[in-house]
Amino acid sequence: MSTSTSLSETGALTRFVMTDTDRKLILATQAGLPLVANPWAELGKQLQMDADDVLARFQAMQQAGVIRRVAAVPDHYRLGYRYNGMTVWDVHDDHIAELGAAVGELPFVSHCYRRPRHLPYWSFNLFAMVHGTTREEVESKATQIRAVLGDACRQHTILYSSAILKKTGLRLRK
Amino acid sequence: MRLDPTDQQLINHFQRHLPVCERPYLDISRQLDMSEQEVIERLQSLQSRNVISRVGPVFEHSRAGASLLAAVAAPHEQVDQVAARINRAPGVNHNYAREHDYNLWFVMTAPDNEQLDERLDTLENHLKLPMLRLPMVEGYHIDLAFDIDWEALT
Repeated sequence: MSTSTSLSETGALTRFVMTDTDRKLILATQAGLPLVANPWAELGKQLQMDADDVLARFQAMQQAGVIRRVAAVPDHYRLGYRYNGMTVWDVHDDHIAELGAAVGELPFVSHCYRRPRHLPYWSFNLFAMVHGTTREEVESKATQIRAVLGDACRQHTILYSSAILKKTGLRLRK
Repeated sequence: MRLDPTDQQLINHFQRHLPVCERPYLDISRQLDMSEQEVIERLQSLQSRNVISRVGPVFEHSRAGASLLAAVAAPHEQVDQVAARINRAPGVNHNYAREHDYNLWFVMTAPDNEQLDERLDTLENHLKLPMLRLPMVEGYHIDLAFDIDWEALT
């Protein structure tokens, strides 16, 4: 059983306790929701639960932040974005919070994180993922990121993916 | 992959958020001015063509367990073996080959931080390669979606 803490709408800290039912629900939906008019009723049949309860637990997990969002998740590679560039940046620590947020707001950045350096092996502390139909497109996007970072960036590089060797969503331990 | 304008619209509108309500596809159909059945059929078709990997929840890993991005620099002649070993390790859910000295990048997951460290230690011992461990310190944007430039794709 795992727990998590999140801010409720009133601003009070609430603790979300994941129940066995929630875990079953995650297992049943991590590969996708049923594409039928009422997916909750369909899930209810599988899990021997009431459709309303399924929907209520799902909404509770969303409210608690266990489910970040529900979406039609595109396969960017399949769509034609053949070039996946993990751009990594060595950004001055004093400015990273503000600049990381600015890079994350660029519409073409799919995710942007701060990670630790491991000197002398690894000196990059900001990661921003960009996608392109060509290498040039990825490079032009990296140039735009470079412009946002300005003098606070000492060096950067782009790690292109050459093969996707494994890719699954969250797989809850069974 | 060529998609008709309606499919493009479906992805544009719903790649970030779908309504979580009793009849989500009916809700979508009203927003796009089509029938519920057409929404369902189009989503089924997009899924069967693997244009969308799923219509469903995106879980917050940190709330449902622990995860960490790690990398190793595998010697050129051993990349395939090392990659296979990583893929077999319990908890690994992503593994990408990248063009860099650190040429294998993977995400390790576990129920909690303690087990995460154990899994990473075990794998590192098996691989006999120093592992770069890069936990997320802060997330500035964790959407995983971006505006699709349909013009550029055609």
